[in-house]
Amino acid sequence: MRGDTESMTLLRPRSVEEALRLYAANPGAVPLAGGTDFMVAWNAGEANGRTILDLSRLAPWKRIRLTKTGVRVGSLVTHRELQIHPLVRKRLPLLVEACATIGGGQIQARGTLGGNIANASPAGDTFPPLAVYEARVRLRTAGESRTLRFLDVFTGVKKTALAQGELIDSIEIDFPRRPARQSFRKVGTRAASAIAKTVAAGLLWLSADGRIREVRFALGSMAPTVRRLASVEALLAGKKPTSRLVEEAVDLLENDVSPIDDLRSTRAYRLEVSRNLLRAFLSPGLTR
Amino acid sequence: MIELTVNRKKRRYRGPLFKRLLDVLREDFELTGTKEGCGEGECGACTVLLDGEPVNSCLVPVVQAEGTRVETVESLGVSSRLSPLQQSFLEEGGAQCGICTPGMLMTAWAYVRGGGPADPESVRTALAGNLCRCTGYQHIVASVVETAKRENAKRERKRRARAR
Repeated sequence: MRGDTESMTLLRPRSVEEALRLYAANPGAVPLAGGTDFMVAWNAGEANGRTILDLSRLAPWKRIRLTKTGVRVGSLVTHRELQIHPLVRKRLPLLVEACATIGGGQIQARGTLGGNIANASPAGDTFPPLAVYEARVRLRTAGESRTLRFLDVFTGVKKTALAQGELIDSIEIDFPRRPARQSFRKVGTRAASAIAKTVAAGLLWLSADGRIREVRFALGSMAPTVRRLASVEALLAGKKPTSRLVEEAVDLLENDVSPIDDLRSTRAYRLEVSRNLLRAFLSPGLTR
Repeated sequence: MIELTVNRKKRRYRGPLFKRLLDVLREDFELTGTKEGCGEGECGACTVLLDGEPVNSCLVPVVQAEGTRVETVESLGVSSRLSPLQQSFLEEGGAQCGICTPGMLMTAWAYVRGGGPADPESVRTALAGNLCRCTGYQHIVASVVETAKRENAKRERKRRARAR
């Protein structure tokens, strides 16, 4: 069974305003960004008869703009464009690393940040970095706009808080003050074109006296949605990083996630590897 | 009706707009060099260049290629006159059964043309989205490294000539 071209209805807005109007009038339409996910289903014959809202002509959503505090990334900016943007490379390296692990280069050239978010896979590679950068997602309908905290966008596996007729306009990311330590790690079956068994991003700042001023750590593929490790972060804040403290933090990890056994991995493996990633992130240069 | 540029020629396409770029190239434009492998964006056999970037043509509805520049393996060379990259695949044994080869060549060509470095690690990263089940990759990587070396040397000579 394959995709049937004749069964598809195509809406081709030329402007953002037209797209939002058309979406309001056709709430069942599938907004199509880079197509790297939808076309797989369509090729398999699983999406025939749908109405497609093709977003490919919405130029304003394809730009990365500088703001006073960071960048505003249009929802149709590709993973490739994020990787080659000089300021994004310099100030948001975790996001750049995540974009470089999505599929192969061909997927990175088509797949978009907004599409990745709207798709809401529990394993979205860009999600742990966006969670620790505390990104905001700007949503628009024909009439209004609102901004959600990144973590609030996701309500379950492949489910988002987007309302009917609402499209992602942009993702706002403030540049963080320079961290003492930062890390992105994805664990999958191979380096490219693999979906994560677990995926982690961390940022850590130290005080002048060597205490942990703030730490942010997020995990993907470990719950229905991306998770910040709230208990771990709270435990570590303001403390001297000792190996005993790190072990306490590692023991707490399980509180903040709920991994499952599935075709890609097991709950036990995911927990073990995630604990190792957290330990590796916290350990360098700690005092005994 | 939409217009796009295929291998430097302006082409018009009149047909269902949700047809895959892969099928439009093969069936409507009779450019059958581009192959379908997995049909789900994993294998890279159908890779063509869209505005210079490698993409999986099985995942691009032709409507999204309107106004773009598409380059397929037919743009590289012909049997009687292969491009340097194709020649290198031939000499180094970079092709066996041939199904992955058109996609492999296009990804490699974008890399070489863009001045990608001639080291095996970088080449492997660039080719990560192209699978080959015959060669074990060694010979493919060697072909690309060899071409990158020559192309980068050529570029360097030109740069020096201009500086003089």
